[in-house]
Amino acid sequence: MAVIRYLKRHDNAYLRAGLIITLGLLLLVLLNRLFAGDVNAMDASSKNLGISLAHPMGTDKFGRDIFGRVMYGTRVSLMIAAGTVAIGVISGIVIGAFAGYFGGILDTVISRIVDALFAFPSILLALVFVSLLGTGTWQLVLSLGIAFIPSFARIVRAEYLRASARDYVASARLQGASHLRVMFVHILPNVKSVLLSSIMIGFNNAVLAEAGLSFLGIGTKPPFDSLGQMLNDARGQILLRPLLVLGPGITIILLVLGFSLIGEGLRKEV
Amino acid sequence: MKYVLKKTASMLITLLVVSFLVFAAFALIPGDPATRLAGMEGTPEQIEAIRARLGLDAPLVVRYGRWIAGLLRGDLGSSYIYPDSVWSLLKGTVPVTAALALIAFFFTMLIAFPLGVYTAKYENTIPDRIVTVLNQVIMAVPPFLTGVVFSALFGMVLKWFTPGAYVPFSRSASGFFAYLLLPAFCIALPKACMATKMLRASMLEESVSDYARTAYSRGNTVDGVMYRHLLKNASLPVVTFLGMALTDMLVGSIVVEKIFDIPGLSSILINSISNRDYPVVQAAILLIAIIIMVVNLATDLLYRLLDPRIET
Amino acid sequence: MKENEVILTVKDLHIEFHDHGQPETAVEDFDLTLRAGEIVGIVGESGSGKSMSALAIAGLLRRRAMMTRTGEILFEGNDLLSCDRATLRSVQGAKIAMIFQEPMTSLNPVMRIGRQVGEILKIHYPEISKEERKKQVLKTMSQVGLRDCETLYDMYPHELSGGMRQRIMIAAAMIGNPQILIADEPTTALDITTQAKIVKLLRKINEVRHTAILFISHDLSLVSQLCHRVIVMQKGRIVEEGSAAEIFEHPKDAYTKELIAAIPKVDLSEGEEA
Repeated sequence: MAVIRYLKRHDNAYLRAGLIITLGLLLLVLLNRLFAGDVNAMDASSKNLGISLAHPMGTDKFGRDIFGRVMYGTRVSLMIAAGTVAIGVISGIVIGAFAGYFGGILDTVISRIVDALFAFPSILLALVFVSLLGTGTWQLVLSLGIAFIPSFARIVRAEYLRASARDYVASARLQGASHLRVMFVHILPNVKSVLLSSIMIGFNNAVLAEAGLSFLGIGTKPPFDSLGQMLNDARGQILLRPLLVLGPGITIILLVLGFSLIGEGLRKEV
Repeated sequence: MKYVLKKTASMLITLLVVSFLVFAAFALIPGDPATRLAGMEGTPEQIEAIRARLGLDAPLVVRYGRWIAGLLRGDLGSSYIYPDSVWSLLKGTVPVTAALALIAFFFTMLIAFPLGVYTAKYENTIPDRIVTVLNQVIMAVPPFLTGVVFSALFGMVLKWFTPGAYVPFSRSASGFFAYLLLPAFCIALPKACMATKMLRASMLEESVSDYARTAYSRGNTVDGVMYRHLLKNASLPVVTFLGMALTDMLVGSIVVEKIFDIPGLSSILINSISNRDYPVVQAAILLIAIIIMVVNLATDLLYRLLDPRIET
Repeated sequence: MKENEVILTVKDLHIEFHDHGQPETAVEDFDLTLRAGEIVGIVGESGSGKSMSALAIAGLLRRRAMMTRTGEILFEGNDLLSCDRATLRSVQGAKIAMIFQEPMTSLNPVMRIGRQVGEILKIHYPEISKEERKKQVLKTMSQVGLRDCETLYDMYPHELSGGMRQRIMIAAAMIGNPQILIADEPTTALDITTQAKIVKLLRKINEVRHTAILFISHDLSLVSQLCHRVIVMQKGRIVEEGSAAEIFEHPKDAYTKELIAAIPKVDLSEGEEA
């Protein structure tokens, strides 16, 4: 509800549109989870049905409700993205905070490595880690998470570098706060807003990267079919059952659009 | 000139580090390829023999040295799975992927520069608003989705081309490029939108600068100010973005190649990852890394060419 | 051009902004006559409307929905406030040229000096050949006291000192031999020694070319050194007007007296800034 109050006060079209799209999608996923049965259960009696009230997108060749499957895929994609961003953000904060706060040789070494990794597209880094860790859902989350560390570490480092020169940091140190306390109790809340918008952009990129890898067949493994996986499975049937492709496809677009709009809206607020 | 040498040297050092990391990472992962190659019934003697044949019994640094030495000779070792050498598996695929990414890159610039300048010039008019909204949406569309939809639409419904009928460059250069146009367009679309948006914002930011006012005071037309003064300044951040976009599109090509059955790096890389055919994966990733570093170097140099303020 | 002929008349200039609901008046009842070969100073603190008036005369106020401008700016039979863009452009640079406060940001950072100095020729006299243009650029550059102009020609603004940059700005403005040069705080960003040199240069230009100069400044002592006539502005209005000697020695308005009293202090802070 804080969100609604906030939007009434601020005229931010990006943030508003992004929140409407993302929250709407989340609501659909939640309702589907609560009220629909097992979306993966096959039913020979309802194969390849057309669009109806019970099946808003029809059913697939195994008799599964396509809309339910899309909602399920959205949940998988979102959870993988959440895991990815969590790994990326937490490691990025620790690495970036130490580099930016302490500076010196530590910073030089870390920045060099992070900058070198940042030069490579995160999907390529993820590909490397997937080939090291093997394919599978958990391996995918870990690979993507590691691949996202450099971009977060860079942002956090820049913010800490700026913050460490501020008066409140010096006064906290004078009052006897330890370095760790200054870093994570005093500075962290001040970089929150910048971090929040990059987390949203991170979600946007994570959804895209996961969909790409899953589309290549080295992402999620059944039964955790993500949207990209569903698209890959259905691409041969696009003319026969367009919704099998367009359902997950448009959902990916909405997810990415929603997160990117929120991210951009937040950045305008900073 | 000094700058070029310095940058090139720094790139070579990075390359050395990256290649070692790639090599070490694959050498250290658990699961001995010799055990796997020997199969379920492999005896310890057989496994030892395979290890010796693959050179796996030497220390890591020695193996890295051999690998780099081989790389310089164009010998990347042999595949675990295929009977061919890694080089023969990869050599035909890299130029195809690179060509695809380059065509996509040209599409990106071809769309972004005119559209970015146009929307900045006509800021807040109806065409500008339409482009801005469309941009925001298209940015969210992954190339593999456009690929799947376009290949069905143009290939199967409209029959403008035959999906899967890839033409090798050696057979017909024009056929080769013609086949790559649509996939390249799919790869380029989201990047073109991002670049358009960026150029527009950058142009608008520059348009209120002091030097723009000076330019108007000399009697310049709006076009004169935009093309003679703003465009070069506004392009600077876009150049950095385009460099990163090109490397992104190189990797993005891999996904789209799969849809259009283009024999680039995609299939060999994905197969090797799935089959843990490490020599091939290692080599493919190193090749991509080299291309990316060359692109980054080129971006750096181009930026310096455009912005005289950069020192050393 | 005859001596003492009126070349520019501004009548009843009003500029108002409506950005924040309530209209805000930036300039009101502004009148000015400028004669050929005359140097007129406009003095006032920031926000007094002096720069706004100068920008209006140079045709550089961005046309915005949130701004209304009334009055007349008469130059060669045209009202620069209401004439079409093409007429305005034919005056800008060719007949009325302008230099600005910040020579660093007012020059294009990625364009070579020579091209920037020659731009007015390129725009207004496209018939002049490239070689001839370069010759004129080099000549104008040396006339404003720059040395080694051949080398400077291919350099970029960031490679020069502040004083050199302002000379480049002046050369770029003077190359088309305009009738009026508007100088908007041209010395504020410079140190005191350079300030004096630039003022000397402007006086020389006025003497040699008979260019009328509209010199905008907050620094009354500089204005009194350079200008024949002075206009004092406060809060968008003209509060006092007269010859430089008159104003400086017998100020009538309380605000003018304050400005004169403030001179040493102003100079000191300038020195520290630079």
